[in-house]
Amino acid sequence: MSGYIAYLVFFLIVALTYSIVVMGLNLQWGYTGLFNAGVVGFFAIGAYGTAILTGPDRPELIGGFALPFPVGVIGGMVLAALAALLVGLATLRLREEYLAISTFGIAISIQLVGLNFDALTGGAQGLTGIPRPLFAVFGTPGAYNLFYLVLVGTVTVIVYFALQVALHSPWGRLLKAIREDETAAASLGKNPALVRLQAFVLGSTLMGLAGGLYVGFIGYVSPLDFLPLLTFQIWAMLIVGGSGNNRGAIVGAVGVWALWTMSGFAISRLLPVHYQSQGGAIQVIIIGLLIVLTLLFRPRGLIGEAQAVSRHVR
Amino acid sequence: MSKEPLPLGGRRISGRLDIRNAARSFNAVRAVDGVSFTAEPGRITGLIGPNGAGKTTLFNAIAGELGVDSGEIALDGERIDGLSPYRVFSKGLARTFQIPRPFGGMTVLENVMLVPASQHGERFWNTWFRPGLVAREEKANLGKARAIIEFCGLSPVEKQLAGAISGGQQKLVELARALMADPRIILLDEPGAGVNPALLDTIVDRIVELNKRGMTFLIIEHNMDFIMSLCDKVVVMAAGKVIAEGLPEHVRADQMVVDAYLGGAAA
Repeated sequence: MSGYIAYLVFFLIVALTYSIVVMGLNLQWGYTGLFNAGVVGFFAIGAYGTAILTGPDRPELIGGFALPFPVGVIGGMVLAALAALLVGLATLRLREEYLAISTFGIAISIQLVGLNFDALTGGAQGLTGIPRPLFAVFGTPGAYNLFYLVLVGTVTVIVYFALQVALHSPWGRLLKAIREDETAAASLGKNPALVRLQAFVLGSTLMGLAGGLYVGFIGYVSPLDFLPLLTFQIWAMLIVGGSGNNRGAIVGAVGVWALWTMSGFAISRLLPVHYQSQGGAIQVIIIGLLIVLTLLFRPRGLIGEAQAVSRHVR
Repeated sequence: MSKEPLPLGGRRISGRLDIRNAARSFNAVRAVDGVSFTAEPGRITGLIGPNGAGKTTLFNAIAGELGVDSGEIALDGERIDGLSPYRVFSKGLARTFQIPRPFGGMTVLENVMLVPASQHGERFWNTWFRPGLVAREEKANLGKARAIIEFCGLSPVEKQLAGAISGGQQKLVELARALMADPRIILLDEPGAGVNPALLDTIVDRIVELNKRGMTFLIIEHNMDFIMSLCDKVVVMAAGKVIAEGLPEHVRADQMVVDAYLGGAAA
């Protein structure tokens, strides 16, 4: 029984970490209509940034500054924000599918830098031995995971409420107007490029935050953690949960991650050994099927977008 | 309604739009070809002409969506050509579209509340660190938006999504949005097209009422009764050029205009 609870704690830590990424994507896509297909790239930058800033000094590598964990996470967020600013300035004149293709390519590039820039990222080996914050304080891994769940949960709640306040305001109204009709918004004196850039950078910063939390939890970073599949999973979480609603984003993150891990568990139990390697494809198919079913039967997701924007107008 | 906000309260005259030699081409087509006229402050100027005359292109050029290849456009003496749409708008020129462009996923009320420029609440950090300021500002804007929505006869639908109301009501939403900005001049692109007669009366009535209070209008319209009864001056365009300009009754009598455009429609 305690094994299940331990697993549940582990599961929730990862799911809530992803829910922060989904909220970042929701800000970009759900509220502003920016098709970021390179989610994993900003998650990776946050993760590597945190790992490099907090990791132990290694003579053969650049970095390893052994800074405190919060400094590392904030550093990772700043790096993700700067990357988003650069990408944003270069691509935000692109619309929809063009932005998607560009960001997809950028995320692949980031992953390849992680894989090949050995002196900074440790290459295919990744960076190991990243200190887990306050690990020494908690005697057992179980207690530590519980602590980390509280930490990630707290961060998730803070992000959720901060976003709710910012989105249910004239700023959120502005984002939505840009999403609905950029030309009309510009004709009403709004600066679409500036607003799109804000949403893109802020959303990507949250992805960086999640990357930092992820590294702090698992204690290492590897380029294999940042494959395009993760972007696909994050999008699935947003579509299933309900684009344009942060409660939907969290529900979608937990729900889709549950389906993913349970299907993986079932496949490992049910499939004969020599078919195991193909089992991963079944997981992807299941998620794809879930997206199709959602779009067919509940196109607005489990929890759809609320009608009114500003909380001051009710 | 005693404390009606501007532009609903008081009377003030402003908004002189000078167009001098404006030209705009698309490849070989000179859609707007050396157009000059003035929309006088406090007056309603009608812009008519056959389809393809360049009226909407001129509107888009004035509003900054296209810009002009040559020539000048000035609002109250200040050049606005070459500015982006949001800069033109901030100078006091508001426009509506031929086909209404409401933010369909937002309520009528929020369509209107979006408009005020440089809201503190449009900076996301203010929503966290200066919530009181944002709340006060929203309250003030809410009052103003409600007054304008009532003026435009939209109060019954203010909580509905702007995408779910009729086309005529959407045109009124665009008018309400324009008014929310306290503009100096409003450009209306076919405000009467596809609007049912009852709603058309409302639109005309509101334009007249605003004009009485000093608002300048430049209106593209195909409905001749609308133009002839409403406008102080009519400018006629054909093939990118101004072919006539003057009082409605004079323009109506101009043989060139009749040939180019009015033809059977004037009869």
